Formats: sequence, C-alpha cells, structure tokens
Amino acid sequence: MKRNDLILIIVIVVLGIGALLFINFTKESGSKVGVTVKQEEIASFALDEDIVYTIEGENGAWNTFEIKDGYVNMIDASCPDKLCVSQSKIHYDHETIVCLPNQVVLEIIGGEVNPIDSIAN
Amino acid sequence: MRSKKTALYGLLVALAFILSYIETLIPFSILPGIKLGLANLVVMTALYGMGSKEAFVLSFIRIILVGFTFGNLSTMLYSLAGGMLSWLIMVLAKKSKWFSMVGVSILGGVFHNIGQIIVAILTVSNVYIITYLPLLLITGVITGALIGFLGSLIVKRIQGLF
Ligand SMILES: [Zn+2]
Repeated sequence: MKRNDLILIIVIVVLGIGALLFINFTKESGSKVGVTVKQEEIASFALDEDIVYTIEGENGAWNTFEIKDGYVNMIDASCPDKLCVSQSKIHYDHETIVCLPNQVVLEIIGGEVNPIDSIAN
Repeated sequence: MRSKKTALYGLLVALAFILSYIETLIPFSILPGIKLGLANLVVMTALYGMGSKEAFVLSFIRIILVGFTFGNLSTMLYSLAGGMLSWLIMVLAKKSKWFSMVGVSILGGVFHNIGQIIVAILTVSNVYIITYLPLLLITGVITGALIGFLGSLIVKRIQGLF
C-alpha cells in the first residue's frame, strides 16, 4: 500500500461521513408521500393517516406500501429483486424508496395533500 | 501460450460468476445492481495480470452472464454502467502510477457505485436518490481495499502463468 492509497481512503471516508452528518442534521419531517410511476406523479398521501395502498403498473407490475405512525414502508412488490421491500422505511423530507424494475419512487415531501387520481376519477 | 490465455480467461470468468452468485446471497444492497462488488477481484486480477483490454472483456462477459442468470435487462443496464465506468477509472488510476492495487481497487469500487447511482437517477428522474451515495462511498472503500489486497496476493501467485 502506498501513501497515496491512505490519503485516498481518508478523503473518501471523510467526504462520506461528512455528507451523512449533513443529511442527518438538516433533515426535516415531511407531511406527505408522493408516488411516482415511470416519471409521472400519480398520487400523494398524508403521513398522519395509516393506510395500505397497492400501486398497479403495466404488465401486472405492482408495489404495496403502508403508512404507519408517520413512516412509509414498502411491504411487498412484484419485482424480481424485491430490493424496494428491503429498503428501510422513510419519514424525512426527500427520503426515497425506489423500485427500479417497476420504475416506482416513493418520496417524502412537504406541503398540501393532493387527492388520489383513482378516487377522483 | 494462446491456449494458456484462453484457459485463464475461462478460469477468471468462472470465478467472477461464483463471486457474483455469492453476492446475491448477501442481503446487503440498497438499489438493484448495487452490490459489494466482490467480482471486481477478478477484473483487478485481469487488469494487473493480463492487461486493460482483457479486463474490459472479462468485466463485460461477467455482467452479461450474471445479468441473464440472476437479473433482468434493467439490472444488467445498471451493472454495465457501473462496470464500464469502474473499468475506465481503474485503467486511468493504474496508468497514473499514483496508487497501489489497493487504491486502484478502491477507486474502481467507488466509481462502480457512482455509475449505478447516475443511471438510477436518470431512470426515475429523481435526484434525491443521491442521498444513498455517502453510505455507498464508505462501503466502497472497505470492500475496495479488501479486494485490492486480495488481488495483489493473487497476481503475485499467477504471474508465472504469463
Ligand atoms: Zn422493487
């Protein structure tokens, strides 16, 4: 190992820990969760109401998430890897749960709660 | 000489395949395709034992094989983005002669994760996915250092093969 290797390790670890601390200290609670499928926001839900909702996509793709005690968690999905299910629950502004195979993003946001499309229709 | 090289290719592809399989058993990943990068051990070995071109071919074959076996088209795309960016950075880092195999491997691991995060951000057009990066930087350093160290041991032992 060279001296430069050690410098590289220190620089990257400091950057990583610094960014983690920054994210941790600047995070604010969100008020709702936005649901995006294929880059289009289809609905948003208030965090103060406990629900279980299934997002239905093309070709039988689906993702089920729950809101409980202000936290959003993906509980099941049709994707092959189920990595969205293993991601941890989210609560703070701009935290995300991503399902890349189904192109579904749950993102915590602030502001007003929009009515659900499916109900409005 | 030629058949020796072919045999070594086969051996390395098989090893990369096994490492990728082991990785699918470890329940540590944040986004699809973003893994610890154990298979980078093989790409490192090829880079130092054979050459840049050979490392590229190995990396490409591994990603396609693993994609067809354990993943789907979308996970294969993330792996390709990460794999190709990682290869490019490792080739440049090796040429610069600033780092040993440990430093080169760390850069490869870190840029593997950066490449995949970029593709993920573009796929779902949500820039906040970047908040997953700090943790991936730290895990990239740990596995990168480990793989660089193991790689240097392997290269020392197979040097007689060339
Ligand atoms: Zn998923």
